[in-house]
Amino acid sequence: MEAVSRKTITVGVNGEQYEREVDARRLLIHFIRDDLDLTGSHIGCDTGNCGACSVLLDGTLVKSCMMLAVQADGAKIETVEGLASEGELNGLQQAFSDHHALQCGYCTPGMLMSATALLRENSSPSEEEIRKAIQGNICRCTGYVNIVEAIKAAAQ
Amino acid sequence: MTETTVTPERPLVVEEGDVKPGFIGQSVPRKEDKRLVQGEGVFFDDVKRHEMGYVHFVRSPYAHARIKSVDVSKALELDGVYGTLTGDEVAILTDPFFELSTPPGANIKDYALAVGRVRHVGDPVAAVVARTRELARDAAELVEVEYEPLPHVLDGEESLKDEVVLHEDAGSNTVWSGVFDWGDFDAALVDADHVVRIERLHFDRFSSTPLECSGCLVEYNRGTGQWTIHGNHQMPGVGAIWMAPALRVGIDKLRFVSQDIGGGFGNKITLHPQYTACCLLARKLNRPVQWTEWRTDQHTANTHGNERTFLDVTVPVKADGTMLGFSVRAIDDCGAFPRYEPLGCIIWAQVTPGCYRWRNVRVDFTQVCTNKSPVAPNRGYSRMQHLWLTERIVDIVAGELGLDPIEVRKKNYVKHEEFPYETPNGCIYDSGDYARCLDIALDLVGYDSLEEKRREAESRGKLFGIGIGSTLDSGTNNFGQSMILNPELQFSGNNEVATVKLDIFGEIVVTLGTVPQGQGHETTASQVVAEILGCTPDEVNVRAGHDTYWNSTAGFSGTYASQFAVTGLGAVKGATEKLAGEMRQLAAAVFGCSPDDIELVESQARIKGNPEAALPFMALGAILNANNAGLPTDLDVTLNVRHVYRPPFEKPDLERKYGNLTLTYATQIHACALEIDAETGVYEIVDYAAVDDCGNRIHPQIVEGQVHGATAQALGAATHEIFTYDEEGNLLTPNFYDYHVPHALDMPPMKTGFIESTSPFTPLGAKGMGEGGGAGIHAVCAALQNALGRRGEGPIVWRSCNPYESVWDLLQKPEETRKLVSVESR
Ligand code: FES
Ligand code: FES
Repeated sequence: MEAVSRKTITVGVNGEQYEREVDARRLLIHFIRDDLDLTGSHIGCDTGNCGACSVLLDGTLVKSCMMLAVQADGAKIETVEGLASEGELNGLQQAFSDHHALQCGYCTPGMLMSATALLRENSSPSEEEIRKAIQGNICRCTGYVNIVEAIKAAAQ
Repeated sequence: MTETTVTPERPLVVEEGDVKPGFIGQSVPRKEDKRLVQGEGVFFDDVKRHEMGYVHFVRSPYAHARIKSVDVSKALELDGVYGTLTGDEVAILTDPFFELSTPPGANIKDYALAVGRVRHVGDPVAAVVARTRELARDAAELVEVEYEPLPHVLDGEESLKDEVVLHEDAGSNTVWSGVFDWGDFDAALVDADHVVRIERLHFDRFSSTPLECSGCLVEYNRGTGQWTIHGNHQMPGVGAIWMAPALRVGIDKLRFVSQDIGGGFGNKITLHPQYTACCLLARKLNRPVQWTEWRTDQHTANTHGNERTFLDVTVPVKADGTMLGFSVRAIDDCGAFPRYEPLGCIIWAQVTPGCYRWRNVRVDFTQVCTNKSPVAPNRGYSRMQHLWLTERIVDIVAGELGLDPIEVRKKNYVKHEEFPYETPNGCIYDSGDYARCLDIALDLVGYDSLEEKRREAESRGKLFGIGIGSTLDSGTNNFGQSMILNPELQFSGNNEVATVKLDIFGEIVVTLGTVPQGQGHETTASQVVAEILGCTPDEVNVRAGHDTYWNSTAGFSGTYASQFAVTGLGAVKGATEKLAGEMRQLAAAVFGCSPDDIELVESQARIKGNPEAALPFMALGAILNANNAGLPTDLDVTLNVRHVYRPPFEKPDLERKYGNLTLTYATQIHACALEIDAETGVYEIVDYAAVDDCGNRIHPQIVEGQVHGATAQALGAATHEIFTYDEEGNLLTPNFYDYHVPHALDMPPMKTGFIESTSPFTPLGAKGMGEGGGAGIHAVCAALQNALGRRGEGPIVWRSCNPYESVWDLLQKPEETRKLVSVESR
């Protein structure tokens, strides 16, 4: 088996700079979770369908299991850990709690990142727009009802 | 879009304007949320240990094959590979897991890895441990396994013929079989004016596929011979009962720890094979090992829900639409290994007549193995399949005899006045009002304007249908039912544990025996404690998750079978009441009065009528724990109490297969309206209502969340989610591309309603309710049936999962399914 090539990358995550040497084949989600120990972003599939790994990369919503860590070299990444400031939940997080938009909480970080991306672009989305925005995020617990309600409430 | 009926017209418990005092019944903020919305939960895959190795399983590409050889040498040569484990080693180091069945199932040998033979695609034959996940995967590919393919069998009925036998030691594919016969079915046939026969119905394979896959991180302590398993097993008590004897160690050598779990739905009950392999590896390699299941592995080789075929369904009916019962031959396909089975062969009997007053029931039940993934309890376990049968019976009978499915239901439902109601097999339905729930559901979907809606849809070229699903979520098992399957099993009753203590700085600390996966146990437990101790839920610290070393576990501890509101909170209530008693005793000793004079209010113990004479909880904690000189020597107070809640059960009558199998029966009545495009078979749910009755609701928001989630799972199962195999036994839906679960845009608008029928049998009048989702499958099938044909015409919806292409087939060839049904009228 051939030796695995490695590369040094620099990324900013939630305002902190990290420089790490990684296997060229390392997935971005594994880099975030295992190398940086930011375990808020999750993994729910191996085909890019579930959105549990969603993060913002230079402001764009991406599924971090669908790209390599080396592709993120030089990028600014936002993950769920960056949403609250000093332990104070932001409006979206608070709305998720108020509306019981999470049960097990496993899909929640990805949902929050998708909703964050939506609300930055569209501050008063319709129900249809909300559902479209989280179409790439699977939740197996809530049936989405309260997630949609929470995003609506956060938009107001 | 949500609408909630908050004040039923005929309230059973909650009077209009009645605000319940205290915290029980309030939707207080969930304690779990703060960490979870910040990504600060701790799921098993978040736990890391220095120098841990990653496990990857080598899996069978064949449905059935003899293993001729396994060669791990090339994998071991790879730099960064720490070691391997093979079936041969497992066969030496462990004993087979015990089987619950009588023979032939009892003779099946099930190990942590395949020994000698693989029996389904994905069956693990070896495991590799390496420095990184990627390396472990590379190394797994270097393991050379030589197979000799064997003929395989994928269909339950075929499997019964034993032409291909999966387990040589058992000598047959039959795991368990038995006949259940209650009432007098033959006499009912004689009494009937019509006998409706349905040749075949089939409940398809699917599973709730929790978003977090299974896994664990296992540490082995060489000095003490003890394993710590950081995992997501949802019934570790039973996991340990399987694992410890197999590993030939005492049960206390296995410590299960979990904090947050990303959904379970029953699919995380049979993790003992994988966990045992990880325990062996941690010991062999003397390092922590970590296994995270891949999504593809979860679908191909973890657990599916039971697949069941119903043959020769016979239903005697009176001229007025009264159904007298039914008989059926059921063949349950449990896949390659029984594991938690054959419990599914009895669990359905908790709801033998469904919601109906049927007194004569005969069920000839057989469970068989096939070369497919093993099954495990899946939300609604075994009752879902059976209740689907009862609902199909009602709709098919109504359709054939030209009866109104709503009126037939009401005529045959158990009546509100009849509770507690004893079923023909001795189960006691505790409380309910099914007809009332049905009325609320019909109101929510605007049933009054049904014909108008039908005409309007038809004018657009659509077929309109409306259907009802009525189900019961039987909760709090009497494990004595297992003895009906196997009288040798020494299981009966049930139990759950909680501890509550008042600590040195006045903190109230609670531990639970349960293993929550999103049900909000920390929150609801704190509500009960706060109510009893006279403080607020914020002041109650419920430790997150589960740890077998907390001394808060009992034989049946876990989170399964719709029971936390009864067993879990029953234990919390019992423990808190004991603690409250001790706090009064201690305060009375300090004040020199009687404990009866002490009240617990505003986080203080004080003398009634004298708010000045008050000891804050902190003082009580400090006095007992750190400043106790001078306390009376006979004061027997620890401020640290443990309570085991044990529901009132008897052992069933094994001869008659008779007895109360569960304590509570929550009701779900769902109504579904849908439109089918006659040109394509594509259909859309246009209106949906779910009405739930789970007795007293401890936390209404959590209850409603469970209703939403369970309904979504049912709608997925009814429309798209199906585990299908090709002829070679390869799973065709091994990931979320091919196995389509509902996404946000797939969900119809959902309306919810409720009533509260207090359970007379439980500590808080509540009932477990988390598994009541099956109603959605039944409602969709019924609505499809309704849309596809009128009396005596049109196709029969005979499968539980009806993707668009199946509906297309039903539309194109109605006669193919029509011939499944016949009516004999006298
Ligand atoms: S883990 Fe990235 S989409 Fe599922
Ligand atoms: S809350 Fe469990 S997957 Fe969404």
